[in-house]
Amino acid sequence: MSRPDMAALAVGDVIGTRTVTFDRADLVRYAGASGDFNPIHWNDKVAEGAGLPGVIAHGMLTMGAVVGLVSEWAGDPGAVVDYQTRFTKPVEVPNPGTASVDVTATIGVIDGDAGTVRVDLAVTVDGAKVLGRAQAIVRL
Amino acid sequence: MANADFEGRVYPADAPYSVGREKIREFATAVGATHPAHHDLVAARGLGYLDLVAPPTFAVIVAQRAEAQYISDPAADIDFSRVVHADERFTHHRPIVAGDELTTVLHVDRIVSRGAISMVTTRCEIYAMPESIEVPSPEAESPGEPVATVISTLAIRGEDA
Repeated sequence: MSRPDMAALAVGDVIGTRTVTFDRADLVRYAGASGDFNPIHWNDKVAEGAGLPGVIAHGMLTMGAVVGLVSEWAGDPGAVVDYQTRFTKPVEVPNPGTASVDVTATIGVIDGDAGTVRVDLAVTVDGAKVLGRAQAIVRL
Repeated sequence: MANADFEGRVYPADAPYSVGREKIREFATAVGATHPAHHDLVAARGLGYLDLVAPPTFAVIVAQRAEAQYISDPAADIDFSRVVHADERFTHHRPIVAGDELTTVLHVDRIVSRGAISMVTTRCEIYAMPESIEVPSPEAESPGEPVATVISTLAIRGEDA
């Protein structure tokens, strides 16, 4: 896989867009893979008892799923040296059905001395932001 | 209300977590990470890695395991059914690869309560242990090579929030 050419990048460039979808099976799969078995991610009664509208996706699943776009663009997942986000709105996952999460990745900062770029991720469900200040620093 | 006495507490290096190839593949599949370096040894070695590379958020497995020492302590007064994840940050000092033996020093950096909401920030310093050491020494300042720092903030809603 080829690596992006830093000299050819400009702040504001959109490096990619993607829609990722989650159904209940995806939440169970992530629970098992991550070890996070909090029942608000698979049990409606518990989720409602906690004041939620129903089962919600793990914030860490959303965070983990939307960065794939950046790893692939970078050509090397190990190049993502820093990655942070705020969880601003829960992603409800219907049963049956799927939640659709839209991702747009834009170059936010280019640091020639450090050899890094900051990729800013806009992450929304039905137009509403679900992650805030989602930023990945990529070494190129 | 989270017990403010825990602020500043440091938990010594925990029992090592062995990073396995199949766990990396399983986690990568669960987050839809299709880059071949997570799945295919030849692809990972082609990028210069010794083994399969973990996805950027894989360290959460190791971090949440360490955080449980604090969060599940009844004296910490954290009602897990009222916890919402507020923010998360991963800083990788080097990528995690299969074969790593990771140990974590957990820091409870900040506990702030306002009204009925408590915000708790933890920091996991994750190290790769040298092959010669099987059990981390509780006294060691740095139990190995720094691999990742994971900062996480939880919001805990009180009964009336």
